[in-house]
Amino acid sequence: MLLEAKNISFKYGKDTRQILDNFSLSVESHERVGIIAPSGFGKTTFCKILAGYEKPDSGEILLDGKSLSSYKGYCPVQMIWQHPEQVVNPRLHMRAALEEGDKIEERIIRGLGIEDDWLNRYPTELSGGEMQRFCIARALGKRTKFILADEITTMLDLITQSQLWSFLIKEVQEREIGLLAVSHSMPLLQSVCTRLQELDK
Amino acid sequence: MKKMNGRILTLVAFIAAVGFLTAITIAGTVFADEAMVVDFSRKNLAPCGQYIFGTDWMGRDMFVRTLTGLSMSIKIGLLAAGVSSIIAFILGTLAATMGKTVDSIITWIIDLVMGIPHILLLILISYAFGKGFKGVVIGVALTHWTSLARLIRGEVLQLKEATYIKVAEKLGKSKFEIAWKHMVPHLLPQFLVGLILMFPHAILHEASITFLGFGLSPEQPAIGIILSESMTYLTMGKWWLAVFPGLLLVFTVVLFDVAGESLRKLLDPASAHV
Repeated sequence: MLLEAKNISFKYGKDTRQILDNFSLSVESHERVGIIAPSGFGKTTFCKILAGYEKPDSGEILLDGKSLSSYKGYCPVQMIWQHPEQVVNPRLHMRAALEEGDKIEERIIRGLGIEDDWLNRYPTELSGGEMQRFCIARALGKRTKFILADEITTMLDLITQSQLWSFLIKEVQEREIGLLAVSHSMPLLQSVCTRLQELDK
Repeated sequence: MKKMNGRILTLVAFIAAVGFLTAITIAGTVFADEAMVVDFSRKNLAPCGQYIFGTDWMGRDMFVRTLTGLSMSIKIGLLAAGVSSIIAFILGTLAATMGKTVDSIITWIIDLVMGIPHILLLILISYAFGKGFKGVVIGVALTHWTSLARLIRGEVLQLKEATYIKVAEKLGKSKFEIAWKHMVPHLLPQFLVGLILMFPHAILHEASITFLGFGLSPEQPAIGIILSESMTYLTMGKWWLAVFPGLLLVFTVVLFDVAGESLRKLLDPASAHV
């Protein structure tokens, strides 16, 4: 499959800075594209637009030539957020958070090192890294075709980072899921991605 | 012995408060007929072993009268607070979900009702509906929903923008599923606690407008009636006519507050730290 961002322009509110200006990018299923830019250059914003959370001012997001918003129900483009504590409901057990995903396989849960005991806890009873594993697992549902990883391991130690990334890379390769990784860290993107793209102003 | 933890203590407090209030209500209902019994052979008795709250100038047992009056207050409180919280829930949710115009209309109504002194509006509504049980219930119900409606509106507005709700949408969840699984667990505790904390207000307002003569009719053994009638006899040294019913009314209100606060701590542990 092919995910394309065509001439995307975006800014928050009327009299604010132009965050994205006529930016285009395309990612294929077998690719792992890295996006690199300093803070405040719109990396997260771009991910949000690409996953359909924000509407661009102009330009369009196409998945296999069809507009992304025409895919109803489960969105084939899933974003993994930088802050896992914002994307799980603090009043639900982690089991419920995981069940929201699209039939998450046992293999994925094991591969990410999620322990059974964690399933019965509330988000506040887990560390950021433990919670992030759930978020990664949840995004890897059956119908997911593209994964947008927005600084997903910035809060983790190097060993855990490498565990999570090696699992994620193996998974997307096996299932032919396209990956777009966003990070400050050049070395990380260089080892994870097949291609790098700068998000220029 | 291991010290009991806070959660269990809170649970005990909640059950005790609810149990006591239920007992008052049931006792008051059972003794309703006895409260009307007039017996001039035992009038104006000070509190003693047989009549622990004493008797009044018509020889009525004040203990039974007080219980009946309180149970009446609690029933009015339940009904009025129940109706009021339903109004609050509907208006709060509508304001948060139906767009800007509806929101500003509802917010305006909330401000309007909040702006008029409670007791004044209550008297007007109660009087317009012919006083008595019906007047009081409608009056209290129509004046007490505002703060809960505001709370629910704010909560729904905040939830709508929460990232985890937006993620759930992208995971293909329907609006109903999101409302049920994500919003209800946030709203229900707020709603229940708001409902229970509304009781003491409802009860006090019922007692006050009855006291002022715009509520229940004089032949009913209501706390407000008991208090206003005893005014005449207070100067004659019959202190027990007002003190015990008054104390029990305060006690009931405090119990409802304990019940509401402990329920909030149980359902929403994080708020206990605030």
